[in-house]
Amino acid sequence: MALTGNEIHEFDIDPVNKAGSRQPLYAPRKKIFPKRVSGSFRRFKWLVMAITLAIYYITPWLRWDRGAYAPDQAVLVDMANRRFYFFFIEIWPQEFYYVAGMLVMAGIGLFLVTSTVGRAWCGYTCPQTVWVDLFLVVERAIEGDRNQRIKLDAAPWSAEKLVKRVSKHGIWLFIGVLTGGAWIFYFADAPTLLNDFIRFEAPFVAYATVAILTATTYTFGGLMREQVCTYMCPWPRIQAAMLDENSLTVTYNDWRGEPRTKHAKKAVTEGKPAGDCVDCNACVAVCPMGIDIRDGQQLECITCALCIDACDNVMDKLGKERGLISYATLNDYNANMAIAMNDDARIEPARVRGGDGKLVGAIKQTNWRSIVRPRTLIYFGIWSLIGLGMLFILFTRERLDLNVLHDRNPLYVQLADGSIRNGYDVKILNMTPEARLVELTLEGLPGGSMRLAGQSGETSQQFILDVDPDKVLPLRLYVEADPAQLSGPQHPFAIKVEDVLGDESTKVDVRFESPRE
Amino acid sequence: MTEKERDEISGTETTGHEWDGIKELNTPLPRWWLWTFYGTIVWALGYVIVYPAIPLINSATPGVLGYSSRAELDQQVAMAAEAQADTVARIEELDVASIIGDEELARFARAGGRSLFKNYCSQCHGSGATGAPGYPNLNDDEWIWGGTPEAIYATIAHGVRYEDDPETRFNLMPAVSEYLSPEEVREVSHYAASLSGMAEGEATAAGQQLFAENCAACHGEMGEGIAEMGAPALNNAIGLYAEDYEGILAQVQAPRHGVMPAWLGRMSEASVKQLAVYVHSLGGGQ
Repeated sequence: MALTGNEIHEFDIDPVNKAGSRQPLYAPRKKIFPKRVSGSFRRFKWLVMAITLAIYYITPWLRWDRGAYAPDQAVLVDMANRRFYFFFIEIWPQEFYYVAGMLVMAGIGLFLVTSTVGRAWCGYTCPQTVWVDLFLVVERAIEGDRNQRIKLDAAPWSAEKLVKRVSKHGIWLFIGVLTGGAWIFYFADAPTLLNDFIRFEAPFVAYATVAILTATTYTFGGLMREQVCTYMCPWPRIQAAMLDENSLTVTYNDWRGEPRTKHAKKAVTEGKPAGDCVDCNACVAVCPMGIDIRDGQQLECITCALCIDACDNVMDKLGKERGLISYATLNDYNANMAIAMNDDARIEPARVRGGDGKLVGAIKQTNWRSIVRPRTLIYFGIWSLIGLGMLFILFTRERLDLNVLHDRNPLYVQLADGSIRNGYDVKILNMTPEARLVELTLEGLPGGSMRLAGQSGETSQQFILDVDPDKVLPLRLYVEADPAQLSGPQHPFAIKVEDVLGDESTKVDVRFESPRE
Repeated sequence: MTEKERDEISGTETTGHEWDGIKELNTPLPRWWLWTFYGTIVWALGYVIVYPAIPLINSATPGVLGYSSRAELDQQVAMAAEAQADTVARIEELDVASIIGDEELARFARAGGRSLFKNYCSQCHGSGATGAPGYPNLNDDEWIWGGTPEAIYATIAHGVRYEDDPETRFNLMPAVSEYLSPEEVREVSHYAASLSGMAEGEATAAGQQLFAENCAACHGEMGEGIAEMGAPALNNAIGLYAEDYEGILAQVQAPRHGVMPAWLGRMSEASVKQLAVYVHSLGGGQ
């Protein structure tokens, strides 16, 4: 507040919604032009990309001979016949708990990986990351590296820009079609479906799936990119809770980088302290998320480690040790910071470097042994136990199964001769790809006999039945018994099915219901 | 009014809300989110134009496609009927025993019969066809009017004691009490109870005599029942009205007679045949 000559108060105040200070309601995307980088992590990412894409595209085309009665596709989700084939494993719908087990393993596996090496899933193997990487390859091939892309983006529309943009988006869409196209082959015989697909004879759902996945691949990989990770994915939020002070994360080591300066030599001659960071911004330029790792751990960081490569290249040129940005645990980082800090809580480069210009011995470097610690061992233990348990169940599971459902209405039927009849819906499951001869018997029902619906005549103690390969044989079974010979109104007994030629057998415990007096 | 507060670290405005020292940032939404929101508005507008949407007094705006879920249902029902037409025609042609002999037709008829049974028969016979006193259990192996496919068909088609159908199954049990003394009624009831081994059964010579004179003509010499006459067997564990001596006595003193409507005419011949196949398949069919 100031007084003018006329004694009128002038207030130093702005309206809260002043145009200049008004915060926008909706923020536009800030364009990111990640620069190409080379180095060991980049090479590793190329390798992961090649492997994951190869698995995705090639798997449906692998063949696996299962005989005449089952498809020969190695990995197939057969919705129509309700079967899942995975190489030597065949899963029926009632064995879906394997899938549940796999999901539990995937969850615990993510705990394990995240608590060990941070968001490695995000940085290396997440489909979003892999496809964005792939799309960036296309973008660089057509529009050039970072500077050329920035220039092209700022340039007015011209024929050249149009051609580049159209071809880029065209190839992206093509990749999208291939991505969606590969997906559908997991759900039907791949060669047949491809043939039908090209001749427009495939089911509508195939075209719809390809269209939807093309759209999502193109939108997420080409247009939205880092926004998917930052805004849409829940995983970054969850992962913060899984990291601890022993997890390896991509870290800017400000204990040796600060104070950063672009003019290190000048600073040294002036007697000012100068850290290793020359503030070249290479780490920011290569970041696919567009962030500055020097600001510390952030939600946006997917730990792809490309900034490590970029910074290592710079350190090499400067003749300094690599690892200004490195995988480090919070514990090591804090210990190093404690060494670097002087009494004023300022980072003093002289404290981390000895007289020979090398880092002092007390400094902790990236140590991959931090992977092994109780927490990760427990995760690994749980993960392996579930895996071993599932393998055990898988290799000891019955391939001849029996489902029995007792009638609920009526629970029992009084017959004229005084005996009682119970009805059961019986299903004999032959889960092998060969026809089988099975024997159906009753166990523990004194005076009991049975009859199959649709077959008139005498009741019997046993039936010999044919079951087709990989099929369910549904039966309607009537069991008759004299209640006087039974233990009570709910007499427990078993229905048993046995492979006549093999040694597999299975039985189901059921009850025989009679009237309560 | 103070100036809007900005968060030091992020540089973003706060909303002014604070809980336990934690302030809520007023972070701007990403613009693509806004476009997605606009997209849903456009979608909704299109939907309102194309599909029935705005409720009016008696109906809703029809939409330019003229879509109606009821019409779609009608169409699907018609399609299903058309798809079944051949099978239904074959059922119409064949007799019930031949339908049961044909595996595919029998499966179709059982499924159709089950559905018809739930709609038309379960009110009296129960959803599990277990019946109730006076309403026969259709699962067991006793049949008042016969348990062969054709007999079951005839019973369903023409009903029992159903006056509007000239071919209906008909019988009446005479009220024996009008010409027997109360003592004799009890005697013969005790005898009838003894035929199925009930606790209060008493096979006296007098009772046997009375039974032979008054009951055996319909129920048979040994109380075995005669399906042609619709006379239930008395010598087994199944009773229509009576589970004990008191029940038999009541029936002898004042007989009750159930009525079952004739279904042929209310439903097609093919439907009655499907019902017959279903009832026959319940476990007691002969």
